[in-house]
Amino acid sequence: MDLRFKLNGREQSVSIAQDRRLLWVLRGELGLVGCKYGCGEGYCGACTVIVDGAAVRACQFPAREAAGREVLTIEGLAKDGKLHPLQQAFMEHDALQCGFCTPGMILAAYSFLLNNHKPDRKAIIAAMEGNLCRCGSYVRIVAAIQAAARRMYGG
Amino acid sequence: MSEVKLKLGIPGKYEERVVTLPEGEPKPYDADSKLSVVGSRHPRLDGFAKVTGQAKYAHDIRLPDMLYAALLSCPHPHARVKSLDTSAAENMPGVKAVVAAADQHVRFAGQYVAAVAAETLEQAERACRAIKVDYEPLPFVVDLEEARQPGAPKVFDNRDSNVRAADPTERGNLAEGFAAADAVVEATYKTQVQTHACMETHGLVAHWEAPDKLKVWSSTQGTFAARDNLARRFELGAENVEVITEYMGGGFGSKLGLRDFESAAVELARKAGRPVHLMVDRKFEHLSTGNRPNSVQVMKAGCTKDGKVTAWQVDSYGTSGIGGGAGVANPSVYDFPAVRKTSADVYTNAGPGCPMRAPGHPQGIFAVESMMDELAYKIGMDPVEFRRKNNSHPIRDAEFELGMKAIGWERRNQTPGAGPGPLHRGIGVASGRWSNVGERRNSRIQVRVAIHPDGGVEVENGAQDLGTGTRTIVGLLAAEELGLPVEALTVKIGHTSYPYGPASGGSSTAPGLAPTVRKAALLARRRLFEVVAPALQAQPEQLECRDGKITVVSDPGKTMDWKRACGLLGTTPINELATRSDNFDGWQAEAAGVQFAEVEVDVETGRVRVLKVVVVQDCGTVLDRLTAESQVIGAVIQGISYALLEDRILDRTTGVMVNPNLEQYKIAGSWDMPEIEAIMYDAAIGYNNAGVNGLGEPPVTPTAAAIANAVYNAAGLRMRELPITPWRVLAADAARRGGRS
Repeated sequence: MDLRFKLNGREQSVSIAQDRRLLWVLRGELGLVGCKYGCGEGYCGACTVIVDGAAVRACQFPAREAAGREVLTIEGLAKDGKLHPLQQAFMEHDALQCGFCTPGMILAAYSFLLNNHKPDRKAIIAAMEGNLCRCGSYVRIVAAIQAAARRMYGG
Repeated sequence: MSEVKLKLGIPGKYEERVVTLPEGEPKPYDADSKLSVVGSRHPRLDGFAKVTGQAKYAHDIRLPDMLYAALLSCPHPHARVKSLDTSAAENMPGVKAVVAAADQHVRFAGQYVAAVAAETLEQAERACRAIKVDYEPLPFVVDLEEARQPGAPKVFDNRDSNVRAADPTERGNLAEGFAAADAVVEATYKTQVQTHACMETHGLVAHWEAPDKLKVWSSTQGTFAARDNLARRFELGAENVEVITEYMGGGFGSKLGLRDFESAAVELARKAGRPVHLMVDRKFEHLSTGNRPNSVQVMKAGCTKDGKVTAWQVDSYGTSGIGGGAGVANPSVYDFPAVRKTSADVYTNAGPGCPMRAPGHPQGIFAVESMMDELAYKIGMDPVEFRRKNNSHPIRDAEFELGMKAIGWERRNQTPGAGPGPLHRGIGVASGRWSNVGERRNSRIQVRVAIHPDGGVEVENGAQDLGTGTRTIVGLLAAEELGLPVEALTVKIGHTSYPYGPASGGSSTAPGLAPTVRKAALLARRRLFEVVAPALQAQPEQLECRDGKITVVSDPGKTMDWKRACGLLGTTPINELATRSDNFDGWQAEAAGVQFAEVEVDVETGRVRVLKVVVVQDCGTVLDRLTAESQVIGAVIQGISYALLEDRILDRTTGVMVNPNLEQYKIAGSWDMPEIEAIMYDAAIGYNNAGVNGLGEPPVTPTAAAIANAVYNAAGLRMRELPITPWRVLAADAARRGGRS
């Protein structure tokens, strides 16, 4: 089928198999490899991308359901060469080690902060529970998200 | 050769040492070294690539005409492959090549038996299902205790039994030691099988550029080891094999060697004449790519009433599946006068164990530190005081002192389990150990530093960065030596076309590389000073470089900026290759590290929550405080995960893993994370010119023991088996109350 949607701010059209998951369309046909395969079963969050503002597991999300909607991947988060405050904070706080879970982490946090402008530590921890980091960077991930929220919304 | 005087030790305990160094060797870091970049809190150099999704892992490599590979695994825990028919699979749409495993005797459920390469992953997976395998199932055993019994199904036909005992080690007089003891504790400690569960599964992209020229992007912990393995396996000269690992998504010991299924992908690429991409799925990753073996440690130890351990005895065994090396070391953290240790590997029909972050240590130290705790409580002594009485390591002793203050040790329960209500809080302690100041001789390791006439600087070594921050410390060390900001350098790593670098095992990367980076940078700087000196009317040895300015030390008016200085090179860049020098004798080659855990135990639900962990960890010179702390924090979280959650469960009757995913095989998430205070303890240790000890492994070794000891202090429940799940806590509580568990 022919899939049309908005990808990182641009109209995108791609021919895909009906049953293909968004993860493989992004990584395969579209070459956006920032979206990672971690478990393929929706448990680890490494494949998290944003569809119409909501974080989804791309490994579970049928690509055809993206039709007419707006998809944001890690490649589209920085605007005009300027990093998003979350990206900046992840770097400064060293909220990553191997970096494999990082795109999914940042996008999960991005979606959370859209609706939570002044989250406390506990709310961030709860929101990030579904994204796994085997290197164990959670302490700094939570601190980075808190710092980014302050930068974005003050307080 | 030249002699230098070094100030080594820890605050309050410095001593002078005169060491002999080879010519050209930088003066080793010691307590008086004034460092500006090294030891700072510098964000990692590849942070930008990682937060923008630009970092390309092996999974992310895309080549023209690339095929995708899928693996077929054996569903039986033990079977002989009577026949394997690939003809139907070969004729399926998109399929370009099929290979079968050489070994027709399958010894665990999940073992790779065949592989297919096709235009798409879906086509390759479909074709795998079309391979017809006729298995003859054989008797199997997956349970550790069952496998030890006489008459158990044999994992290897050519062995008498599944048990392979190592030679016992004995030191001192054990009988005399027990006779001198006022208190004796006998206890058995058990640990589970843990899988590495790297976020990036095993995989590679293989590309034959010519019939005798192979290029592989691999998720590996050892680019050069992978290269050499591939060269041997495919009968190529090492110079015709290129391995690239610019980024990799975690290894923790599981990505040190070339696996049979990885070779299969390379073979598929050769057969198909096209590049092949292999990335194993999560289930295969759990089953086949390695694990930390389990252990049973039957122990007996005694001490005097004033707290000196007099005798220590341990008989341990464990299974590494079809692999070896399960025997737990019961590592020597403390000094005991009489020790007897035996250990045995037990073969089972399970995926092979392999090194996992401090092999043998988290399991061994869980038992050692639990026993230390039991002895301390038995004689009614402060558990920290008891440990310090049996410890001769000066760093560990100082770390206990710092850790006690940071956690508020006096807040612990004076009577374990005391207090009303179901919620109990308590504090536990444990110490770890590790030793890696680099191999005494390792002249294979080399680093190149180039200074170009336009002022650009390249630092090259082919080793990989697992996420530990290797790229960053290489940059910091070179920047320190050259007197430049780190941003002015280009660090090139993760490629076998660069000079030889170590595999990342045993926490050896930093102690292998750091001294060599310093040496190469120093050589390059000296060459530049030789060229610049005449222009500043000075001698080369009178010059220094700071913040990108070359200055005559005695006459600071005479100065030249870096770029102009490099312009004096004309057209010829400086290109210096340094070889790692041998280690010299230092002050302390063994890292210690102590951890204090505070927990809350709910004796009604059995739930244990870790509230806070204080870590005091040494690693010689701290090269980057920010990334060093990250490693320590990460190790603690892995330790919590091991202590409370992770368990590879094999079904005894079917022999298959029942939780091969990331839902039922639970690894710690943000919710399980306590407050963690990581204190890096600086020590000037010598041994190599950067004074560096490995850091990746030591902080993962004591966490589980500290938590188990905290559970005891909180609830009065001695947890002798990992993971400490709610039902184990409830069972222990029921047993204490005389009920049935």
